Amino acid sequence: MRQSIRFYLGERLVSLDNVAPDQTLLDWLRHEGRTGTKEGCNEGDCGACTVVVARLRGDRVVLKAVNACIQLLPMLDGAALFTIEDVGSAGALHPVQEAMVTLNGAQCGFCTPGFVMSMVAYRNADERSDDDAAIDSALSGNLCRCTGYAPIVRAMKQALAAPDSPFETALSALGAKLEALQDGEDVAIETSHGAIFLPASAASLARYLQEHPDTLIVAGATDVGLWVTKAMRALPRVAFIGQCPNLMRLERDDEGLHIGAAVTYDAAREALAALLPDFGALVGRIGSTPIRNSATLCGNIANGSPIGDGPPALIAAGAMLHLRRGAEKRVIPLERYFLAYGKQDRQAGEFVEAVTIPPLAEGIFYRSYKISKRFDQDISAVLAAFALRVDDEGIVQEARLAFGGMAATPCRAVRAEGVLIGAKWHEATLEAARLALAEDFTPLNDMRASAWYRQTVAANLLTRFFEESQGETMRLAKAGGLAHV
Amino acid sequence: MSDTIASPVAPDGLSPSASAEPTRNMKHESAVLHVTGRALYIDDLPEPKGLLHVVPGLSEKAHARIVSIDLAAVRALPGVVRVLTAQDIPGENQTSPVHANDEPLLAQDLVQHVGQPIFAVVATERAIARRAVKLARIVYEELPAILDIDSAKANGSAVVWRPLTMARGDVEPALAKAPRRLQGTLTIGGQEHFYLEGQVALAQPGEAGEMRLWSSTQHPSETQHLVASVLGLPHHLVTTEIRRMGGGFGGKESQANGCACLAALAASLTGQAAKMRLDRDDDMVITGKRHDFKVAYDVGFTDQGDILAVDMELAARCGWSADLSGPVTDRALFHADNAYFYPDVRFRSLALKTNTQSNTAFRGFGGPQGIIAAERLIEEIAHATGMDPLDVRLRNVYGTGERDVTPYHMVVEDSITDLVMTQLAERCDYRRRRQALRDFNSTSRTLRKGIALVPVKFGISFTATHYNQAGALVHVYTDGSVQVNHGGTEMGQGLHTKMVQIVRHEFALPAESVRITATTTGKVPNTSATAASSGADLNGMAVLDAVSQIKGRMVAFAAEKWQVPPEQIAFTQEGVRIGDEIVSFRDLVWQVYFARISLSASGFYKTPKISWDAATGRGRPFYYFAYGAACAEVTLDLLTGENTIDRVDILHDAGESLNPAIDIGQIEGAFVQGAGWLTTEELVWDGQGRLRTHAPSTYKIPACSDRPRIFNVTLLEDAPNREATIYRSKAVGEPPLCHGVAVLHALSDAIASLDAYRSCPSLDAPATPETLLRTIMRVQERARRSDGASV
Repeated sequence: MRQSIRFYLGERLVSLDNVAPDQTLLDWLRHEGRTGTKEGCNEGDCGACTVVVARLRGDRVVLKAVNACIQLLPMLDGAALFTIEDVGSAGALHPVQEAMVTLNGAQCGFCTPGFVMSMVAYRNADERSDDDAAIDSALSGNLCRCTGYAPIVRAMKQALAAPDSPFETALSALGAKLEALQDGEDVAIETSHGAIFLPASAASLARYLQEHPDTLIVAGATDVGLWVTKAMRALPRVAFIGQCPNLMRLERDDEGLHIGAAVTYDAAREALAALLPDFGALVGRIGSTPIRNSATLCGNIANGSPIGDGPPALIAAGAMLHLRRGAEKRVIPLERYFLAYGKQDRQAGEFVEAVTIPPLAEGIFYRSYKISKRFDQDISAVLAAFALRVDDEGIVQEARLAFGGMAATPCRAVRAEGVLIGAKWHEATLEAARLALAEDFTPLNDMRASAWYRQTVAANLLTRFFEESQGETMRLAKAGGLAHV
Repeated sequence: MSDTIASPVAPDGLSPSASAEPTRNMKHESAVLHVTGRALYIDDLPEPKGLLHVVPGLSEKAHARIVSIDLAAVRALPGVVRVLTAQDIPGENQTSPVHANDEPLLAQDLVQHVGQPIFAVVATERAIARRAVKLARIVYEELPAILDIDSAKANGSAVVWRPLTMARGDVEPALAKAPRRLQGTLTIGGQEHFYLEGQVALAQPGEAGEMRLWSSTQHPSETQHLVASVLGLPHHLVTTEIRRMGGGFGGKESQANGCACLAALAASLTGQAAKMRLDRDDDMVITGKRHDFKVAYDVGFTDQGDILAVDMELAARCGWSADLSGPVTDRALFHADNAYFYPDVRFRSLALKTNTQSNTAFRGFGGPQGIIAAERLIEEIAHATGMDPLDVRLRNVYGTGERDVTPYHMVVEDSITDLVMTQLAERCDYRRRRQALRDFNSTSRTLRKGIALVPVKFGISFTATHYNQAGALVHVYTDGSVQVNHGGTEMGQGLHTKMVQIVRHEFALPAESVRITATTTGKVPNTSATAASSGADLNGMAVLDAVSQIKGRMVAFAAEKWQVPPEQIAFTQEGVRIGDEIVSFRDLVWQVYFARISLSASGFYKTPKISWDAATGRGRPFYYFAYGAACAEVTLDLLTGENTIDRVDILHDAGESLNPAIDIGQIEGAFVQGAGWLTTEELVWDGQGRLRTHAPSTYKIPACSDRPRIFNVTLLEDAPNREATIYRSKAVGEPPLCHGVAVLHALSDAIASLDAYRSCPSLDAPATPETLLRTIMRVQERARRSDGASV
């Protein structure tokens, strides 16, 4: 049992034994004098506070951009943290900084450090490419109000072509330093500020939650962070599970795709895309790159939000939820977890251990559609995910129509599914299912969309699903207006 | 470019040839500081000892009498040092920037919008102050609240500013006689500035009542004056300083004053330094935004698409106080012609009072809303006549020597709109692409494409004539280094860079020799806001004046000492050429100093030629116009209303650009900001007047992937300003925002395809996916009905 958290801040090893569970990384950094990291929104949307977190993944050091404003300091345990002050300086600019100067990527300059950090992470990412859509995705968590982004994208392209800088060269020595921080110990800190627990295993977590059933479980903090920064809520006891090895399991085997509670959207994206390409594409539109680097699928489930994008996409895929209390484990269909608004099927001391997507039936046709005011980094007005299996006679054998944003919980359109199952998959059935959808849901009017829009679009998405099942291949895409699906 | 713009240039030393490399290519003076995180914004400054933090407590009601305020629990929270209320204000509880006396700093008996500050907590930590404000118990007696334009008009149309009428000719008979006539209404949404750096101010008390402020303000002098007024001090005890803002866009012209005044009040009452930095949600709930408008129009025209008469009322939601709504609604009228000649015309403004945030300056200042109104008329006429909207535009643009008088009786002396549109249409292959996408639309079931080419003509000068003045202060030190200061503020637009360029160019100095310092009321007093795109025009000439004075003294000294005529003395990159001799700048400076001649000068400038009389609606409010045109192509999803901006081409007139890279950056950024305003940026209030889109999670400014996939921005070449502006450049801050209008029209064009382009879709802004889907379904229904009728 260790009673401190440890991480590298640039070159310096930081060890903290008197840290509050709700201490945000941004406030801590700025208090430390690292004022290059800015507060723009304090809710993980604008990216002015973007920093880079380096971690050991296997034997490799992986750099990820995250939002410092909604990272809680204990989450940094075992990592190396880099801020704008670490990557380059006036006499020795990093290639990203050099390109941003040369190509006029900064105007007011306030968002710039955050952009630079996202760009540094992307320059070192496995998926880096100079494709516009890939760069858009890498920069999806950084808002700029001055430049219109064009010069920043140009700078990104120029920086991708540059050779390694001293910052990157120094990374080679980082693996051993991070390795030395991995002691396999639980971390527990109890101070007047509150209690912090970082489990080294799922069993440790299970035990701790039984002893302290009032514990708040935090993985990526992309939701809980806002409880702190916006609602000013106190967090007296928190278990930070984001780096718990057992919970980081991501595997595909005969039982399907297993996604542990600490697996981030970023980490799961490739596996999901391999299983269901449309789900993979959807993940690319959930939150932003820094959010996906922190947020977990299981956190998106566990918090019970009616507007999370993951749950409907998973429900349509027939996902099963794995819950655990002590040694006691149970598995339920995901949709049964959501009992009512703000109420989930989770007992005191129980936690979400994983979600699994069982092997898909042969011939299943799966699509997911996200509708929001803005393409990237927006909360859906409607999220629809559909899975359909039609037999050789054209009769629907299986239909799962899942929606987010349409009701108080993510849920299936039971009446519309009823219309489809056993019916011939043609336009008359589609029309009947569209009508049934109106009975399935009574959506809300809010700032994202009216009830009318939600209802109309939900039905129209069923139309799109039908047309795509009939061979329609053109779909609107950010990269040039049209794309083939 | 082969077609050059004929534009006579007066021999006044300001000819474009005076502008030279390499200063034109200078990077932003803070670029390296920006990218390394070493550029200091106000919240980054080292904090003074004992710094206190101020957080405001806000009204929860849109319109109510305050019955009682119980702050006992607020005061009791450990760490709370003091709570500020209206009673604590030693001077005037008043912050109206236009002396309308309608904007108390802290509400006393009456609250007029949700988010109006009632009190402020001063605490040792910001987090404590944020928690403390939630402990207040305020009892309200609610009053009827007017939240939007329609309810304001239905309830007597109370205004915050006098209506303005502009008229020329006799509009009613002209409309009656017109062969064709159409009426309609148009709704244009507001816009949150979303400067990345929120409102912030730091106040430090000094000796003998002095108060020093660091305020993220576009208008340091106004901040100084209001702080002085709130504290009951003369102006000379208050100094306001700002090195740079993290974005402004008009949102820190008057809206910065609240933080500055409350921080100063806290500092004054406690004797300790105090900082007020708003949380983003508070910032969006408290501060004003771009005005939303509702326009009612009546247009008469011919079958050939010639506009004969226009009658329009432009009504704006102004919020609870006047703020800058008067000049904003005026400027909407000044631009409701955009680039078109209306033979008989009448415009009326209506600055409606509502129980919402007090709307304020935002890049364009009402002008873009006027332009959208003008462009709706073009669209109506195009659909009514079956013409290409571009042809309707070309037929109606201002002429030269005829058809050249605006609705405010100013002669347009240099209309180049037709040339700009024609050049752009050729460059971007508008006509062929328009046909190609119509072919696409004829076979596409669920996706439609649209295109539009829209011009902008934007009037440059503050319409409040007295604002068109500026000062500068230039010091040459004995080592040959130069410090320049001026009345303008840097918010990312590159103003400081351009000012450094002028000094460098005049003295022929390298970048490291010229240092620009923070804007401060202690160096240049009585300044105007950095607004109305005027920063470089006004301050650049003031800097030039200061530099010219010093140069004049140096030349006179050298002429006498070396006994050469002054015309044989020139400042070159090699040094100062005096006859046949080259003397280094530094050596000459030293000799001038030694001769006891001043190396410091204060410069001044006022814009010539302008005048404006609102009472008669006549004058020459603008020194000149800036022109441009944008062509946008979009794809629209008919099932959802989602869309993409596929290609944008812009040709823009920056005169003889002071810094082409900075100006192109302004144009690119302004376009995206304008497109965002008209598409994804939607402000939503609920029935209680609470703003529901009060953070970036709910208010969606463009993200990286929203930029046009193909984005070509070009400056109009060989187009020096006809007027004697600094090196014949043109202002570039606001005009290009209007290029976003092309996106609205391209979306409308895509929808019009559903009715075979027979009717105007009447697409309102913002064209969110929801608004688009509603409009799509309305036009589809109209097409079904008219097809049914024609069968």
